[in-house]
Amino acid sequence: MAYRTSFVMMTTAQFVVTGLDFATIGIMFTHTNSLGGYTLPEVAFLYSASGVSLGLADLLCGNVERLGQRVRDGSLDVMLIRPVPTLVQMAADQFALRRLGRITQAGGVLVWSMTRLHVHWTVDRIVLVPVMLIAGTAIFCAIFVLGAAFQFVSGDASEVMNAFTYGGNFLTQYPPTIFARDLVRTMTLIIPLGFVNWMPALHILGKADPVGLPSVFQFLSPIVAAVLAAAGALAWRVGIRSYRSTGS
Amino acid sequence: MIEVDNVAKTFVVRQRSKGMRRSRREVHAVGGLTFSVAAGEMVGYIGPNGAGKSTTIKMLTGILVPSSGRLTVAGVDPARERVGMARRIGVVFGQRTTLWWDLPLRDSFGLLRRIYRVPAARYRENLDRFVELLELAPLLDVPVRQLSLGQRMRGDIAAALMHDPDVLYLDEPTIGLDIVSKVKVREFLRELRADKGTTILLTTHDLTDIEQLCSRVMVIDHGRLVYDGGLPGLHELGESERTMIVDLDRVMPPIEVDSARVVRTDGPRQWLAFPTSASAAPLVSQIAARYPLADLSIAEPAIEDVIARLYVQGSAVAR
Repeated sequence: MAYRTSFVMMTTAQFVVTGLDFATIGIMFTHTNSLGGYTLPEVAFLYSASGVSLGLADLLCGNVERLGQRVRDGSLDVMLIRPVPTLVQMAADQFALRRLGRITQAGGVLVWSMTRLHVHWTVDRIVLVPVMLIAGTAIFCAIFVLGAAFQFVSGDASEVMNAFTYGGNFLTQYPPTIFARDLVRTMTLIIPLGFVNWMPALHILGKADPVGLPSVFQFLSPIVAAVLAAAGALAWRVGIRSYRSTGS
Repeated sequence: MIEVDNVAKTFVVRQRSKGMRRSRREVHAVGGLTFSVAAGEMVGYIGPNGAGKSTTIKMLTGILVPSSGRLTVAGVDPARERVGMARRIGVVFGQRTTLWWDLPLRDSFGLLRRIYRVPAARYRENLDRFVELLELAPLLDVPVRQLSLGQRMRGDIAAALMHDPDVLYLDEPTIGLDIVSKVKVREFLRELRADKGTTILLTTHDLTDIEQLCSRVMVIDHGRLVYDGGLPGLHELGESERTMIVDLDRVMPPIEVDSARVVRTDGPRQWLAFPTSASAAPLVSQIAARYPLADLSIAEPAIEDVIARLYVQGSAVAR
């Protein structure tokens, strides 16, 4: 906390910028009552579930995207000679609390949407909300790590990863019903971002699956997250072992 | 303490050749490296740029995984048990700091204490000692980014030793330092070794470091060891020559004697070169008997010249 003013400004800025996304959705709803069959609180629920997950993942693992830079300036070498797992050091170094901006903003929208939803809150639906957020966070974390591991091979490719994390976040803010079915299928089965919020939200909101996947998929998020996290951990290990360092 | 057996490291470099096509080329950074260092030894590790010094150190610390061969430090395979290895070694990179830029030195040390889980009493003891020997007291509350290079290096050395490592790797610890700082660092290392028996491997381009600190020196060139032994042997291997500067009473034609040759004349003064292995006494008596000798002095070969000659000979010496 050496630079307090900077912290306040950065956090506020992130709060406002991520809030603008939601303002866009709000403006759409001044012209229509539903978007792909979803009401404003329902879209807000999707939006904030994805936002909170990405925000938490960014807070925990967002720093790993700087791997390419660390390889180039040699600071990865320093981390490799410390008796703490490198991934933990990467995540903890310059832990950016300013990323709280996105989380507080999305968290606020989440609370608001849940008070407005016309949902019969059964136990399974209530339990699924934190499960969805935790699994979603794990999925985004795993994608951050996979992207970083890829940088061992490709040099610096943080933009490729951003396409999946921030880009995926942007898509999953909207109901799956407004997209082409092939895109929804890809987002669910291939890049499993649909498990961040779409799949569990279908059950919570009591919506029909636009691509007609088995309803068991709506509860698979924790398993998908675990598999993806394992893949991330493996890729990271392989990456570290093939690390080449730089001259000097 | 350190066992290196036939270790090689090969990098695959992709080069852009014509247009978008890329060609692969293998670079052998280190090939067939074999040596061992006993506990408590202080070994100088030298070689020209790109010879493989840093690659060796990075393999010994577990940063890089060897392409082939066996390598253990204190009985541990660094690449396989990198985190466990890290507790037992200290590393100083002359080119970059292992400290945290924005933190005062004191906080950096405190953070390291927690990372390495150094017992509080041991930490206090080490900190007091290093502060005294490396004169860190006035620097403890200064953020690392505001330290001068020499101050930062002393901080880095203290940081690498807070957890009492068995082995200390110093990768060019005196690079860019002024004479006073260099002397301080050298004194400290000498005391450390005498005191704690830390095994030290030191790479450097400053051969004075080696002359003053190391009884043993290893020379690497093109990824192979070209010399491993004491400093005197290095002179023999480099076929270095001593120089006798002879002042005669008057200007004379170049002196003609066995086992020495005139390399330069300036009026009555003549410079004679002769092998380091030969004694100067018979030469002096020969000259004194046949020439009007006024004065003479003998210059030892500079180690820089010896090393330079060794680098030029390169792989010829390496079998």
